[in-house]
Amino acid sequence: MSIAIRNIKAVFKRELTAYFTSPIAYVIIVIFLLMAMGFAFWIGNLWDFGDASLTWTFFFYLPFFFVVLAPAVGMRLWSDEHRDGTIELMLTMPIEPWHAILGKFLASAVVWAVALLFTWPIVWTIQYLGDPDMGPVLSGYLGAFLYASSCVAITMAISAFTRSQVTCLIISVALCLALTLIGYPQIVDQLMKMFPAGVVDTIADFSLMSHFLDMTKGVLVFRDLLYFLSVIVVSLVITSIAIRAKRA
Amino acid sequence: MIKVENLVKKFGPKTAVDGISFEVGKGEVLGFLGPNGAGKSTTMRMVTGFFEPTSGSVDINGVSMLDEPLLAKEKIGYLPENAPLYSDMTVAGFLGFCADLRGVGGRSRKKAIDEALETCFLEPVRNQSVDTLSKGYRHRTCLAQSILHDPEVLILDEPTDGLDPNQKAEVRNLIRRMGKTRTIIFSTHILEEVEAACTRAVVIDQGKIVADGTPAQLKAKATDAGAIEVSIDGPSAAGIRAELEKLSGAKSVLGDAKEGSNSYNGSVLPKAKTSSKKLASEIFELCTAQKFTLSELHENPGRLDDVFRSMTQTSE
Repeated sequence: MSIAIRNIKAVFKRELTAYFTSPIAYVIIVIFLLMAMGFAFWIGNLWDFGDASLTWTFFFYLPFFFVVLAPAVGMRLWSDEHRDGTIELMLTMPIEPWHAILGKFLASAVVWAVALLFTWPIVWTIQYLGDPDMGPVLSGYLGAFLYASSCVAITMAISAFTRSQVTCLIISVALCLALTLIGYPQIVDQLMKMFPAGVVDTIADFSLMSHFLDMTKGVLVFRDLLYFLSVIVVSLVITSIAIRAKRA
Repeated sequence: MIKVENLVKKFGPKTAVDGISFEVGKGEVLGFLGPNGAGKSTTMRMVTGFFEPTSGSVDINGVSMLDEPLLAKEKIGYLPENAPLYSDMTVAGFLGFCADLRGVGGRSRKKAIDEALETCFLEPVRNQSVDTLSKGYRHRTCLAQSILHDPEVLILDEPTDGLDPNQKAEVRNLIRRMGKTRTIIFSTHILEEVEAACTRAVVIDQGKIVADGTPAQLKAKATDAGAIEVSIDGPSAAGIRAELEKLSGAKSVLGDAKEGSNSYNGSVLPKAKTSSKKLASEIFELCTAQKFTLSELHENPGRLDDVFRSMTQTSE
């Protein structure tokens, strides 16, 4: 077990350093902050709406930023290794592929944790303006972190299949968008008109969005956490399979 | 010690490695020779555990690469083809990362990194970013990571590729020095490197081993190994050639006589039962008797590139 921890730490450290010694993390974090805050204040009308829980003014828009920006964070994870040939270096060291996968995933998750942390001023704002219930806010942040991490995990799985970052980005964005839209309220309503309720409910259950919205309402159901963790675990397993398949 | 048995690697319908077996012991430096696409890199990738063989086994000091890959990989230092590096790190940072993955920690970590930097002449670029390095430095950085953890086994895929003659000589010396206490395999196209650094060489063609022996043994396989090469001045080149053919120990004479020239350059192959030395003295006596001017007389020990070509071209 200690070899696993040693290796995961080493890869985690390397990837995190790589993110923060190149423009990539900074650019993505800044753009995310501008969009998240901008939407909250201007489009969400935070001032007027008086939504102390931030559900519809702030959290509601985040998935659409995650869908585009999280793949931008994750697309380099394995594509770079394939293209530069460093995968041959890494996989001939005494390391199991899942050590590297976990290390890389955790580094990307930390990038998103940092990005979300920088949005905390919005919480101070609503605390100043009113008296919000912090339960939904905190579970909303947890949900947002899991949402972004899920999109990164999905992206990492795709990046294990291709050398091209662009291909990876496009496919990942499409996949994450699809998983978002099938739970998006307006779209669910439309689907309800076409399909039986049971079917639509099942489809929506696979959606990142519906589970996230539940969490932002303070409904911290074990089911939602399990869903996000399942998406992450399944993606990491697929990554492992892809890496192995390329060498078999 | 490396033990490879019946390694086979298929990529779909294509068979890249077709039943390769060999053993390399401690203190041996094995050279892998072969044309491009012969299967040298693929074989090395299976030995280092990067590729899974379609069938066959790889043992590193008694540890099976298939059954206990982590344990086996700990014993190996590997320099892949094209010397891959993480371009977003510095040289020292990169070696630090490799040291972490190799479990070289604590006090020995700094020492190991410093030693590797020194051995590979990387001190001047220690804190330089990898993506600004020249090809020679990039290669040596990748070589440094392969020796960082003082491995028992070193596998080097074209370690002198792209290096200038000075750097090539340095790397060869390093291989020779390290080979005394370790097991080393390295692949190359440069035949003089085989003589310079190997204790044994293996020629691979189309996924199979076509020759295996010490450099001297391989050279002896050349068709004109043992021939006496001459450069003789006399009345006429054709005349000289004719006289050489008449020698009792001469099987045949290779090399045409230039028309109108009084100088002949060629080689005389000895008959099966005649030693090269005897043939040489026959030629010397001929020149003395006929008053030819003998300006060159030496035995061809066999050339590796002749062996290489004859063993690998026949299958084209």
